[in-house]
Amino acid sequence: MSEGTLYDKVWENHAVAELPTGQTQLFVGLHLIHEVTSPQAFGMLRERDLDVAYPELTHATVDHIVPTADQSRPYGDDAAEEMMAELEENVREAGIQFSDPNSGDQGIVHVIGPEQGLTQPGKTIVCGDSHTSTHGAFGALAFGIGTSQIRDVLATGTVAMEKQKVRRIEVTGELGDGVEAKDVILEVIRRLGTEGGVGYVYEYAGEAIENLDMEGRMSICNMSIEGGARAGYVNPDETTYEWLRETDAFRDDPERFEELKPYWESVRSDADAEYDDVVVIDGDELEPVVTWGTTPGQGVGITQPIPSPEDLPADKRETARRAQEHMRVEPGETMEGYEIDVAFLGSCTNARLPDLRRAARIVEGRRVHPDVRAMVVPGSQRVQRAAEEEGLADVFREAGFEWRNAGCSMCLGMNEDQLEGDEACASSSNRNFIGRQGSKDGRTILMNPRMVAAAAIEGEVTDVRDLKEVTVA
Amino acid sequence: MTTEEIPEVESVTGTGVPVRGNDIDTDQIIPARFMKVVTFDGLGEFAFFDQRFDSATPAASRDGDGGAVEAQDDPKDHPFNDERFRDASVMVVNANFGCGSSREHAPQALMRWGIDAIVGESFAEIFAGNCLALGIPTVTADTETIESLQAWVDENPDGEIEVDVAAETVTYGGTTVEVAVDDAQRKALVDGVWDTTALMKSNADAVRATAESLPYVSLDD
Ligand code: SF4
Repeated sequence: MSEGTLYDKVWENHAVAELPTGQTQLFVGLHLIHEVTSPQAFGMLRERDLDVAYPELTHATVDHIVPTADQSRPYGDDAAEEMMAELEENVREAGIQFSDPNSGDQGIVHVIGPEQGLTQPGKTIVCGDSHTSTHGAFGALAFGIGTSQIRDVLATGTVAMEKQKVRRIEVTGELGDGVEAKDVILEVIRRLGTEGGVGYVYEYAGEAIENLDMEGRMSICNMSIEGGARAGYVNPDETTYEWLRETDAFRDDPERFEELKPYWESVRSDADAEYDDVVVIDGDELEPVVTWGTTPGQGVGITQPIPSPEDLPADKRETARRAQEHMRVEPGETMEGYEIDVAFLGSCTNARLPDLRRAARIVEGRRVHPDVRAMVVPGSQRVQRAAEEEGLADVFREAGFEWRNAGCSMCLGMNEDQLEGDEACASSSNRNFIGRQGSKDGRTILMNPRMVAAAAIEGEVTDVRDLKEVTVA
Repeated sequence: MTTEEIPEVESVTGTGVPVRGNDIDTDQIIPARFMKVVTFDGLGEFAFFDQRFDSATPAASRDGDGGAVEAQDDPKDHPFNDERFRDASVMVVNANFGCGSSREHAPQALMRWGIDAIVGESFAEIFAGNCLALGIPTVTADTETIESLQAWVDENPDGEIEVDVAAETVTYGGTTVEVAVDDAQRKALVDGVWDTTALMKSNADAVRATAESLPYVSLDD
């Protein structure tokens, strides 16, 4: 059993009681809600005549179904309109703050929490969304929950959980040119498997992690769930505090910042903390990773050959065979040169300002390949405005990208942004499951945002390190 | 609040349906386009939709009433389309079943199709937790045990399977095999305490005390 880790400490601070099931009743410091997974929970509350226990610790946004082109109401899609209207009514009734599109603060739930300063170290954060793990980047204990648990949190401010093990993933060294946080996490999942993290919380540490900005840390924690770990975190440090200082929560209240800082410091993992497992990855050796298959664990370095199913562990072979058939890739080849039809730059993994900045530097002065439909969907309205102000939007538009409004968009194809037929998509998102992007024959290749930009330009999967970066003057 | 009757789930008995394959994710169990709903009613018919139908329109979806799907669907080979398994309540799956998103729509769709218990090699955690919240046991056994059970179900679509959660066994056709049930899950199901809302609501004072002990929490009174 782990001891002295951030996980142990935050757990301890929030434990309310031991339940007859042996589970712990855990206090929830921040409950984020969105339109897809919350309406049923509010319905259950109504059935039982219960109120929302802690509306002041709850925050809502709309992201999954929101159209990213024409956002005038009522939405063109009746089902989307119905879900939005339902959320509006639920938050109004319960007195829950709502970052709706009119507020200028709307966006993907895992982008807006951090940017508004709602996400803080040492908090417990839940949301009916598996990528809630993202918020762990700030040293919060953050995990996705199901609808019945949303009901529990709404009704009681708590959730029933079993304590998990902690695996420290130490990434040593320095990431090379063109290698990003996204590549680190794709590599972790490739090595440990999509179920390697089941039963674990991941603590990401080591020089390469400490040197990442908050956005990079978020990309990594975001995909903990793709590795089977329900939560992942990075210990808070000066990088974390610098970010927090500039958020709504503390910009005008430096005193509150100083008041809370000792608590944040206190939850950091101790130097002699004990872990249930430790994995070390050499960051110097990494290269850009892309997926060749239909699970996020089916990844490969861009210059490396796609593995033959026979060379994989027995239980992975059948899935690999089917994946290779679906993707139409051959073992022994690299993914370089794999033709794409769509380039999607977006999602809660990689649609924050630095992601867009890096991608824009690749795109600037170039044109999107004539056979490619390319789009940028900023993670939030704030990201969108900032990118427009600093000219990134123009860079993308001039190159032939569509510049959209904030939302989940083609990450999961719940709005009108979907793959068609067997289109192949270079995507900065987190899931390449069959059907994920809206077409069951669609093919998704996960990669970092600069790699998406390079693929959009070349019309095929490209090693971004071979494309000379055009410096923005 | 009123104390409600939470049924105890000591065991589940019914015929089986084998759904083979590792890493069957929630996008396969219930494609996202069927989640544009504000209730879970009627989700059952969309379980494994893209595995079951070659839909001519990729955007095939429920009609305005949340009812039928569009007409151009060609049924494919899938156990959920197989008449022999139509009344099954015990699903037998392989490894890492239910990985992917946290959508409770997945177990909801399976439950509404008729599944009351799932036997498999392993389950994704959030999925298993969501199942528990619905009173659906997810019990595990090794690869060989699962494969034999799947083969038996294929041969005996009308054969009864008993998933005994309390005893941690599965019995079928005169054979009893041991399975594993997560401790908390077993206790919750067997003692009928899997509906956690009532349980946790009764600790409201302790919850408030914890909230007040945390430096970052500011409550409206
Ligand atoms: S961007 Fe994608 S992964 Fe992130 S919350 Fe939206 S749908 Fe989920």
